[in-house]
Amino acid sequence: MKLTRRDAVAALAALGVGGTLSGCVAPPGSEPVDVDRLRETLVAAADVIYPSEVSGTATFVETFLEGRLEDPTHVAGLDEAVTELDDNAMFWHDERFAALSVTDREQVLRNIDVDTADEDPTGTTSERVRYYVVNDLLLALYASPAGGELVGIENPQGHPGGLASYQRGPSA
Amino acid sequence: MPATDTDADRTPVGDADVCVIGAGPAGGLVADRLAEAGHEVVILEAGPRFDSADRLARQERGIRPAYDRPAIWDSDPERDAYESSGERFYPLNHARARGVGGSTLHWQGMVMRLHEADFNSASIRGVGTDWPIDYEDLRPYYAAAERELGVAGADDNPFAPPREEPHPMPAFRPSYSDSLFAEACDGLEIAMHSVPNARNSEAYDGRNACVGYGTCQPVCPSGAKYDATVHVKRAERKGATVIDRAPVQRLEHGPDTIEAAVYATPDGEAHRQEADAFVIACGGVETPRLLLLSESSHYPDGLANSSGLVGTFFMDHLFAGTGGVLDEPTRQNHVGFLTSESHQFYDEADAEYAPFKLEFFNYAGPSPVGMALTGDDWGDDLLARLRSEYGSHVGMGGLVEQLPRENSYVGLDASTTDDHGNPVPDVHWNVGERALRTIERVNEIQERILDELGAEITWQVGRENTGPAYHHMGTTRMGDDPTESVVGPDLRTHDLENCWIASSSVFPTGGAMNPTLTIAALALKAADHILERL
Ligand SMILES: Cc1cc2nc3c(=O)[nH]c(=O)nc-3n(C[C@H](O)[C@H](O)[C@H](O)COP(=O)(O)OP(=O)(O)OC[C@H]3O[C@@H](n4cnc5c(N)ncnc54)[C@H](O)[C@@H]3O)c2cc1C
Ligand code: SF4
Repeated sequence: MKLTRRDAVAALAALGVGGTLSGCVAPPGSEPVDVDRLRETLVAAADVIYPSEVSGTATFVETFLEGRLEDPTHVAGLDEAVTELDDNAMFWHDERFAALSVTDREQVLRNIDVDTADEDPTGTTSERVRYYVVNDLLLALYASPAGGELVGIENPQGHPGGLASYQRGPSA
Repeated sequence: MPATDTDADRTPVGDADVCVIGAGPAGGLVADRLAEAGHEVVILEAGPRFDSADRLARQERGIRPAYDRPAIWDSDPERDAYESSGERFYPLNHARARGVGGSTLHWQGMVMRLHEADFNSASIRGVGTDWPIDYEDLRPYYAAAERELGVAGADDNPFAPPREEPHPMPAFRPSYSDSLFAEACDGLEIAMHSVPNARNSEAYDGRNACVGYGTCQPVCPSGAKYDATVHVKRAERKGATVIDRAPVQRLEHGPDTIEAAVYATPDGEAHRQEADAFVIACGGVETPRLLLLSESSHYPDGLANSSGLVGTFFMDHLFAGTGGVLDEPTRQNHVGFLTSESHQFYDEADAEYAPFKLEFFNYAGPSPVGMALTGDDWGDDLLARLRSEYGSHVGMGGLVEQLPRENSYVGLDASTTDDHGNPVPDVHWNVGERALRTIERVNEIQERILDELGAEITWQVGRENTGPAYHHMGTTRMGDDPTESVVGPDLRTHDLENCWIASSSVFPTGGAMNPTLTIAALALKAADHILERL
């Protein structure tokens, strides 16, 4: 399945963020963040987190991130989580997370226990990376109709998919 | 998510006719009616006024595992502290929301009328007590309440009490999984029918039709599900004043009347709101608590408590459920509400067995996004797990009446205080054998239906692990005799001339129907009685 920009807009609609934003963001009252680094990191993480049968993840993730960038609190948390992820990547592999092979990226995530961590926006490094990176990507995918369809639910929770789908049988 | 304007004017309203305490559906409806009649109404609400623009962000909290239920509507552990000392734990802050809209902000929104026999439990079933009013007394108010909340329903329920007019909106159509259940129920001669929902099946009252977000509990981002912000805002448009973040600390009173509600504001000040009439609409736990906190030399056991029954007879509905998996798709979790129930067994209730209703779920089993956010896997492994675990669940619920019992009560726990130094409510919840026996019966019927359906049963909530449905009833019961009740059939306290209670706290017995339509009907009745007095 190829994910599109439109799929990402649908995912954003469910989360109350939307619209487009370009260039560098400086959330009011905070240090400007390096949006390119956030974008590259999330796209790189999506290669690990998303199933192999989806393609077009870069556009999907970038569009989703544009919406997220409208929330300064979220941006600050994401920026911090990405910094820690990069610090760990540097420590183990001497490279930023996004520059690693997919296998090494997965290894970094596992090294810091992100796979077994419960998400928590104010928790430990692994809990925050789980919240801002891994689970945000999973939320974007599986609360959107595109991700839902992979599993057999075209109107997943969080998506305003109307009143027809719950009445429909599997073969309809 | 800043909830409210800290600089808002929270000073008392001069010359108020009516002070309504609590901005849930009960308070909202009374305030709306009285403002409509031209009275000066002020509503004091303990919690904040939430910004509707934040609803999608709250919905995200509802989906994400980092937030528990109380966090979704900003429950504050200090403000909302409580004790649970009964034989069963009572999770109070999962069972209410505080702020303009009250607990309807995260309610499910199914709304049925009580049955005729529910008003005469002692006479007809030989247990409990009779209400001082009958179904016929409440019938016109039920119809009005259905119009106010906006109820989608149909006339296909042969077990429902008589009604005079169709529901304001057509019922939601049955789900695909309802059709699977229907075959099994046909074989067992169990009748299914639609569920009345306070949720727009078409545009109604300036709100849009449901769009299927599927997160009704705890947040409906679209506003298709009724919540009490509707009536609070309407009352404001008619001139009522709403003061949010203004928890009433105590009611100042003489022997026969309340003089003022003393409330706190975020700046640390205390204010006195005077009024000719007071309506306590704080829900089934905070209503008795406020009366108990307002004790005086004249009312040493708590205000309006000459009967000694304020706080006593705390009841909830008990949940009984059974679920499993089929070897075919069941299409769950598209919407967050129910479209079919069975009330077939309801009126078989007697002294041994309580009334109960059966529910057919449209959201059985986990939702894929929920599973994805809580697993230890990702990538292809995760997708494989989602595919194998989502899609074939079925589930049934049921609500069971519990009888009023003296040892089930809401009291004060002086050993713990809230953010204003007041003793917290102690929910001392006990259930009783009739309800537990009935839960077993409900489970048996659920098992029969699931067997007939060919399901492998994987979970059950029964007599051992049952829990409350979050319906707080009975703690200021209504009756004719002032020694055996707190309010009369006009919802006015026996002790005080200018104090009415709008809440399920006045229910003498609970029946097994979700309470809010009856709360709304009683609120409208209370408003009529107040208008007669003003
Ligand atoms: C998860 C959930 C699902 C539910 N589903 C259903 C359903 O499907 N059908 C149904 O019929 N019912 C349902 N209910 C119950 C329903 O929400 C309540 O019956 C209803 O909201 C009660 O209305 P109320 O106005 O009496 O009280 P509430 O809605 O609880 O409102 C009381 C208000 O009073 C305020 N208050 C309390 N103390 C003070 C004070 N001292 N000073 C000022 N303000 C105060 C509170 O902050 C609150 O906002 C559900 C409840 C929950 C929690
Ligand atoms: S399913 Fe309907 S009522 Fe429920 S949250 Fe969605 S829009 Fe609101």
